[in-house]
Amino acid sequence: MVSFSAVAKRYPGGKSALESVSFALEAGEMAFLTGRSGAGKSTLLKLIPAIERPTSGAVIVNGQNVGALKRGAIPYLRRNIGLVFQDQKLLYDRSVYDNVMLPLAFSGQPPQEAAKRVRAALDKVGLLAREKSNPIELSGGEQQRLAIARAVVNRPALLVADEPTANLDAESAARVVDIFVAFHQVGVTVLIATHDQSLIQRYGKRVLHLADGKLA
Amino acid sequence: MTGWIRQHVSAFRLAWRRLLRAGGLASALVIGIAVSLPAGGYALLESLRSLAGGATLEPQISLFLRPDAKRADADALGRTLRADRRVAGVRFIPREDALKQMATVDGMSEVIASLGRNPLPDAFVVTSRESSIEPLAADLAKLPGVVHVQADSAWAKRLGALERLGRLGLALLAALLGAGLVAVTFNTIRLQILTQREEIEVSKLIGATDAFVRRPFYYLGMLQGAAGGGFALAIVAGLLAALNSELRPLAASYGSDFRFAFLPASASLGVLALAGGLGWLGAHLSVSRHLRNIEPR
Repeated sequence: MVSFSAVAKRYPGGKSALESVSFALEAGEMAFLTGRSGAGKSTLLKLIPAIERPTSGAVIVNGQNVGALKRGAIPYLRRNIGLVFQDQKLLYDRSVYDNVMLPLAFSGQPPQEAAKRVRAALDKVGLLAREKSNPIELSGGEQQRLAIARAVVNRPALLVADEPTANLDAESAARVVDIFVAFHQVGVTVLIATHDQSLIQRYGKRVLHLADGKLA
Repeated sequence: MTGWIRQHVSAFRLAWRRLLRAGGLASALVIGIAVSLPAGGYALLESLRSLAGGATLEPQISLFLRPDAKRADADALGRTLRADRRVAGVRFIPREDALKQMATVDGMSEVIASLGRNPLPDAFVVTSRESSIEPLAADLAKLPGVVHVQADSAWAKRLGALERLGRLGLALLAALLGAGLVAVTFNTIRLQILTQREEIEVSKLIGATDAFVRRPFYYLGMLQGAAGGGFALAIVAGLLAALNSELRPLAASYGSDFRFAFLPASASLGVLALAGGLGWLGAHLSVSRHLRNIEPR
């Protein structure tokens, strides 16, 4: 599903974020990406939806060489990847429901089908009762779950999350990770970056450890 | 295909809501005031043209005979004139009639009485079938017994020149204010893009195409321009109504029912379409300039 071979990323100015990273994530696999702040976790995750391009090496997602994709093809790549960010990137000028509706607006779904999918996604993260609320009224954990609902509403085969539990208490964090595990159990490939060792130990999934831009 | 139409409909709706919300109507009003100047000028010009067209624009040539010409000479000349195929009508004005007509003018009767004899010649007024009367006038001047020919095409020429000048002025004004419309739209869309910056970034992050992101801005520019055109037509209609209510007694005193007419339907539609098109252009320039740089990081 995802494979990195000898991937390096240097930012302009010579700062090297990743050096020769290679790994493969099989379809349906779930893994944690760990490492200290600045180890290159975010950079690695950003290479998958082509937010960043590799300086050298190949990033293959779903059989596509992401580094070589034309600008116009990137949106279609991203629609097949559910992205969850540490800062959620929700839109506070619209309801919970409309936040989840956003990705479906691009693909021009029939309205009834879209509404059904939005409610199904909200149901899975336990926010169906809050569909009319504004995201600002939600707690941190609820906002993160809303971000997950938006990420999965297009039914992507791959979920990528960058520190989704960073600002949450233990209980909310566990609830968020439980949702990812539930998607993993129905066949979705999941990659979560986190520095929370207790979560990693609790779930016992594969761990990719990143230190100074290299996989250990 | 239906998905594509659905996307356009929703982009149009979104643009419509933004037009009504984010000061879009104020910008449209500014555009409307600007567009009303050339549109109103055009309506005035067209009305005045129809007024001038109602007056006798039939080109006339006056022929004056030698003062000592005999009546028989005049009759012979009259036959020659009527035989000319370029001539539409001939009216003979004997010198006695001309003197009588002149005497009706205030203060002229004493002058004429003091002259002792009739200084006026016999004359013919010839109307031409052709629009250009100079060649005919030149030929008529060569006829025997004719001493002077006056072709009154000069004022018609001046009127035509004035009209062309007016049209040129309006065209320049329209071009200038059209550029202003583009600039206003450019700025509206720029502000709108800044306001929506976060939404644009998130949308691109989760799979929106450039076309999807741009679409509402194009519609907004077009709608704002067209709304400006609509305001302009309303302003012109209001101004003409005010002018006409003042004009009616004045025109009536001249025995005329003249009034300024509103733009014909085709021209009104043209104003709306042109304003909408220029709005689209402004949006295009703004979107090309400002939207590409917004990329998720």
